[in-house]
Amino acid sequence: MDADYFWNVFKDRGINFFSGVPDSTFGGAYNQMVIDPKIRYVPAVREDVALGIASSAFFAGDIGGVIMQNSGIGNIVNTLSSFSMMYHIPALLIIGWRGYGGPPNDAPEHWIMGSKTTDILTLLEIPYKIVEPGSFENSLDDLLKEIRCQMCPGALLVRPGIVQ
Amino acid sequence: MIPRYQVISRILSRIPTEDVLITTTGMISREVFDIYDRSNNFYMLGSMGLLSSFGLGLAITFPNKRIWILEGDGSALMSLGTFPLIASESPKNIVHFILDNESYESTGSQPSISSNVSLEEIAISSGYPKVTKVTTLESLETAMLETLNSVGPILLLAKCGIEPVERIQRVTLKPEEIRDRFRLAFNNP
Repeated sequence: MDADYFWNVFKDRGINFFSGVPDSTFGGAYNQMVIDPKIRYVPAVREDVALGIASSAFFAGDIGGVIMQNSGIGNIVNTLSSFSMMYHIPALLIIGWRGYGGPPNDAPEHWIMGSKTTDILTLLEIPYKIVEPGSFENSLDDLLKEIRCQMCPGALLVRPGIVQ
Repeated sequence: MIPRYQVISRILSRIPTEDVLITTTGMISREVFDIYDRSNNFYMLGSMGLLSSFGLGLAITFPNKRIWILEGDGSALMSLGTFPLIASESPKNIVHFILDNESYESTGSQPSISSNVSLEEIAISSGYPKVTKVTTLESLETAMLETLNSVGPILLLAKCGIEPVERIQRVTLKPEEIRDRFRLAFNNP
């Protein structure tokens, strides 16, 4: 997927406030987002910090986005459970899926979280969609519908190579 | 040192009604709720350490609203990375207030390391343009008046004593109630 198209899909849906921690999954698309004049991006120091920042968009009637690597899920579990899910404050997590497919793909530090990523989201009852180039917009629209209906955070999982 | 309850009372009496106040988990939220509950208050009932990040987001999203972040030393220490982040983003409308009683009072007054660490010096080296430490009610009063006439981000730190106040109720509002009435605070920017 072309980076321009990837970000335009979010912007077209009014999602233009992001915070996060970089991941190589997004490659050049990350750098493009940072300089996009139509996106306000706050480079956070941790993923929970990013979620705290992005959640403020809800109070302006919008949904904020968090850019992160799946290893960062470990850093946001408490923020999800005792903030986002307790107050029912929606947010969109855009998660680079490192370690997808397990060993020998990717580096050893990603193998365990790579294989547990969907299990953890399921356990926390966080709706998620896996981004596929052909059905990206439909998946996102379905996810946003769930996020707005349940007033909860939702996640997009992005495998390496999906966004250029 | 000034009892924390008195510091909170004094702060609440000086915050303009249109300003937004967010407060950290534990006794600080409970005392604020007890002294002066209002719809512009957001009580963060859990997520210790998250408050300053949420405050930064609000300050960026609502540049015309002054955002008061009221947390303890334990909460500040848990999220020290947001000090340079707030200073780096530098929203003019943030007042970051730390009630430093050198302890985790909400969980039984276990000591924190802030007796050995100067949080105000960390704020200065992080790049906060204005940092003030107060140790008396008189200096707090002066600092509050200065804050109302200054451009942020401002960090205020009050050294407080450990004097638990009896019979402070829990925040009785439901989380969604806190959220919904707080949301209305931004309707008139």
